[in-house]
Parts: sequence; structure tokens; C-alpha cells
Amino acid sequence: MCNQSVGLIAGVIEKAGIPTVALSLLRMVTMKVRPPRSLYVPFPFGYPLGKPSDAKFQRQIIRAALNLLESSEELPILRDFEPS
Amino acid sequence: MARLEDLKLTHRLFVETYPFRTSDWAPGACLKKPLSQSKFALISSAGLHLPDRPPFDLAFRGGDFSFRELPNTVDVCQLKISQRSSDFDQTGAKEDANLVFPLDRFRELAARGEISGLNHRHFSFMGSITAPGRLLSDSAPRVAAMLRKDRVDAVFLAPA
Repeated sequence: MCNQSVGLIAGVIEKAGIPTVALSLLRMVTMKVRPPRSLYVPFPFGYPLGKPSDAKFQRQIIRAALNLLESSEELPILRDFEPS
Repeated sequence: MARLEDLKLTHRLFVETYPFRTSDWAPGACLKKPLSQSKFALISSAGLHLPDRPPFDLAFRGGDFSFRELPNTVDVCQLKISQRSSDFDQTGAKEDANLVFPLDRFRELAARGEISGLNHRHFSFMGSITAPGRLLSDSAPRVAAMLRKDRVDAVFLAPA
């Protein structure tokens, strides 16, 4: 249910005028909840930033998510994380 | 990869039949500045809390919809997890809380000039909420109002 909660919180904050971007661990849930901007990450529950103690990889995920904030695509955006 | 098949059978059946809510945010907000000039706040749904603050109420019917403030100065190693979801494997997060609340990573991005900085506070929820009515009508709007008051430019959220 974490993916629903995060998507709903993102929507409330976005409606208050602050842009949001969220990670998603379950594409099916995010497609139903439809938050404004989501980066789907192919990791297990409990591992949204990929790997513990891997700062470089975690930053890579964050940068991919933050890039969605500067996208001119129509909302909602649901993009897959693609490790480089 | 997190898959429905990884959930316990009862949880999987629940998720497959649960009437998920649609997020209501139209028309959406725009980032008004480049990332390098934007101040961020973080939100985690992992059920994190400071060791001297009350944990989330794991017996709350429908899921505890409250939130906890996490100061920007916090050492993420000190954070505790109270989370009722048995699907959330806490092993990695207990080794490195940045896995669910990447505050150290955002500090690094700020130090590199990729973002302008971080808000003085961040927020944590316990995301295992099956009845999100009061999340939507009470706690999430309160957090949104605080983030507006803090003049946060953008928010990053992570589930668990």
C-alpha cells in the first residue's frame, strides 16, 4: 500500500502548488493511482533506492527521478529507470 | 523487482481486488527554477521516526495516517522504523537508511551544486494505509501546507 500512499501524498502536495516526483516499486499500483511524476524502479519491496550503501547507484536513481521535474511531457509521467 | 507474485497470497488477493484511489492533482505544478536553484524536501513512507519520538501506531485500523517530522540535521543511522507491512523487507534499510530515505544522497547533490539545498525538515509516513481517507483530508494537506510555508520548490517521495 506504500505505493498508493506515496502517490496520494504526491497528489495533495502537487495540488498545493509544489511539483513532486515519486519512485514506484509497483507499476500496476502507480498506473491506477496516477501521481504526477513517477520513476518506476525494478527493485524489491524495501529497496526503492536499489542497493544499500551504494551511493553512486542511489544518486543515479535520484538524478533520473529529478530529471522528470524538468520534463515538458504531459502529466502524468510514468517512466522506467534505466541503469547506465 | 517487486512483483505481485512476491506478496503473500492473502496480500496479493487483497491488492488485486482493492479499489485503489486516483491521485487528484490536476492541472499539476511546474518547477519554477532550474534544479540547481531548487530547494527540496523528502518524504518517505517507510515509517521512519526519531528514536525519541513515538513510533507509528501499527494497530490503528485502516493504517496510521499520521506523519513524523525529520529534521534536516538528522543522522539517518539514528532513525527507527515502525511499519506494519510485512511485505517491506527492512534488512537493507536497517543497513543503510538512505535506501528508503536518501538524505545523504541529496546532501551530496547539494554539495555538488546539482540542487540548491534542502528544507530544514522532511516528513515520514507509515505507508501501509488501506483506508486513506484521513491521509487525504488531514495529514497530507497539513504536510503540504508546511512545505508551502517553508517555500520548498520540489518534493521527492519514496515508497518502501
